[in-house]
Amino acid sequence: MFKKILIANRGEIAVRIMRACREMGISTVAVYSDVDRAALHVRKCDEAYPIGPAPAAESYLRIDKILDVAKRSGAEAVHPGYGFLSENAKFAQACADAGVKFIGPTPHSMNLMGSKTSARQQMEKAGVPFVPGTSRGLASPEEGEEVAERIGYPVMLKAAAGGGGKGMRLVHSRPELRSALESAQSEAQRSFGDSEVYIEKAIVNPRHIEMQLLADEHGNTVWLGERECSIQRRHQKVLEEAPSPIVDPEMRRRMGEVAVKAAQAADYTNAGTIEFLVDQQKNFYFLEMNTRLQVEHPVTELTTGLDLVHLQIRIAAGEKLPFTQSDVAIRGHAVECRIYAEDPDNNYFPSPGKITVLLQPSGPGVRRDSGMYEGWNVPMDYDPLLAKLIGYGTDRQHAIMRLERALYEYFVAGIKTNISLFQRILGDADFLAGRLDTGYLDRLLAKANPAVASFVPKPEIKGLERIAAIAAGMFAVLDPASPVPKNGDTAGPAAAPSNWKQEGRSEALR
Amino acid sequence: MVYEVIVGGEPHRLELEKGADGWECRLDGKPVLIDAVIPRRDVLSLLVDGRSYEIKREQTATDLHMWVGSTRFAVELRDPRSLRSRQKSAGDEKGPRKIVAPMPGRVVRVLVAENSEVEAGQGIVVVEAMKMQNEIKSPKKGVVKKISATSGAAVNPGEVLAIVE
Repeated sequence: MFKKILIANRGEIAVRIMRACREMGISTVAVYSDVDRAALHVRKCDEAYPIGPAPAAESYLRIDKILDVAKRSGAEAVHPGYGFLSENAKFAQACADAGVKFIGPTPHSMNLMGSKTSARQQMEKAGVPFVPGTSRGLASPEEGEEVAERIGYPVMLKAAAGGGGKGMRLVHSRPELRSALESAQSEAQRSFGDSEVYIEKAIVNPRHIEMQLLADEHGNTVWLGERECSIQRRHQKVLEEAPSPIVDPEMRRRMGEVAVKAAQAADYTNAGTIEFLVDQQKNFYFLEMNTRLQVEHPVTELTTGLDLVHLQIRIAAGEKLPFTQSDVAIRGHAVECRIYAEDPDNNYFPSPGKITVLLQPSGPGVRRDSGMYEGWNVPMDYDPLLAKLIGYGTDRQHAIMRLERALYEYFVAGIKTNISLFQRILGDADFLAGRLDTGYLDRLLAKANPAVASFVPKPEIKGLERIAAIAAGMFAVLDPASPVPKNGDTAGPAAAPSNWKQEGRSEALR
Repeated sequence: MVYEVIVGGEPHRLELEKGADGWECRLDGKPVLIDAVIPRRDVLSLLVDGRSYEIKREQTATDLHMWVGSTRFAVELRDPRSLRSRQKSAGDEKGPRKIVAPMPGRVVRVLVAENSEVEAGQGIVVVEAMKMQNEIKSPKKGVVKKISATSGAAVNPGEVLAIVE
């Protein structure tokens, strides 16, 4: 087993990996950029080294600097977390060349699954169902028109190197195709330095369901059940759950077996996830493979009882999987909320800044993986994910009730968060009924006055305005940080006068 | 203390006096029996006639909210005896309005020139944070009197970006 692991990441995932290491008696090495000196992952590790300025390209994405730290600290392995260098085959190769074990798949598997067209070719060979279309880039607009005619409109044009919605175009009819292809190709060239664009049938209102896999380096691959990830915004997942409300044991087994076949076709090792699109008839199609630990891995951990980070480390150390497929049992239900630094009143724009108050939930059936603390300044340079709050219970309803209660206890001030969005989702009739697809969240947000249909009866809101009014006044008289407006300015910390002055002024006016 | 408290657009008159045993409270003229404790910063435990409420205060450079349980209320607190406060409530649409940065970030673009006419809701400055670009809009129709934001500069929340009159 390794004695020391470098964690090439930051935020909640770095903290989560360090926890696993501490549990296993492995010492941890953190890296940090200039703005992350006071970040939680630097406080929780055994050793920490600076790797450069705030922009990720000059710090967390610098392979040379990270391997320098590995050498200096004597770390035997590197855990990349998610994002940053986690799916970068060059980094995995550089680790191998430096004699440091990369906790993840081999560069060879990453290359095979990294490009969407190359992954489709692999799946075609392995007989894995994928969305009808081409497995190679389009040579000409005429070829695109011909394929689209064959598979039927609407079609989706996608960049082979793509991600995050870049180089993607939905085409409804033949006249749109030529210009859409040109703009997708030029966007792909600009974003990824690769203009290869392929075509596939557009699935209307699909679900996004993914299957977790683990593979050791001795040829054993197992599936650990699916996660429902249809609740997304701007191609970013917001809430995930396991199991999916529409997947029964038979469908789970079929998806699992297909996912295992897909992974084996790429000689895959360590933790990985196969993403599927699922249509309204519950047909599922291979979408892509994520060759890393996922943000939403806790819902799988809670429903399988396994610790994926422990297992990743043990696999990387050369151990065999300590169980077989028939030992894997799905028990209970887990739902995860991604707490982002986003302003719900301002179209969910990012809201970095100092966390002045943090009240965190706990109690039965609640797991919280967090990278924030009270007094921390959330830097503006990185992803807005602050923490993950996961509710777990014997069934879906139980998990949701606990999560609602935990959200009620959660409070963050100083910056804005999307906590209120989850209260809205968890009170929505379609969500409670499990009627989900990737367009769900945009539809919910378009509703002006959402109907509230919670599992938990809510107290009357009427009359609470009066409580809010009294509270505002009591804060002003009791708390020195009172935001009573001075000279008629809008309320705010900058405008907070001393109570004495305020009191004196009122007295003088009497 | 007498406050004018606006909750969700509705004005209330709140009177708070320190009595012999605790605070005496009158809301819109009616007495309310209360007991209040601040167990920690920005958290208030309020007992109203035996009912217990935990209220959290959320304040930013630009606004103030009260969370009663998980319901959030936009609140404005004014001292009605302050002259400027009265003038302000008399006509928000008149006079210069500051446009402030709602979050820390970097100014990417300035969309209008000084002295140009703008509509309410028109974008004035674009601020980038966490890889997202946020258009800061004019709160009113008027003329841009001053632009203090410069492209590429870092800004803090509450910092004045422009003034529209």
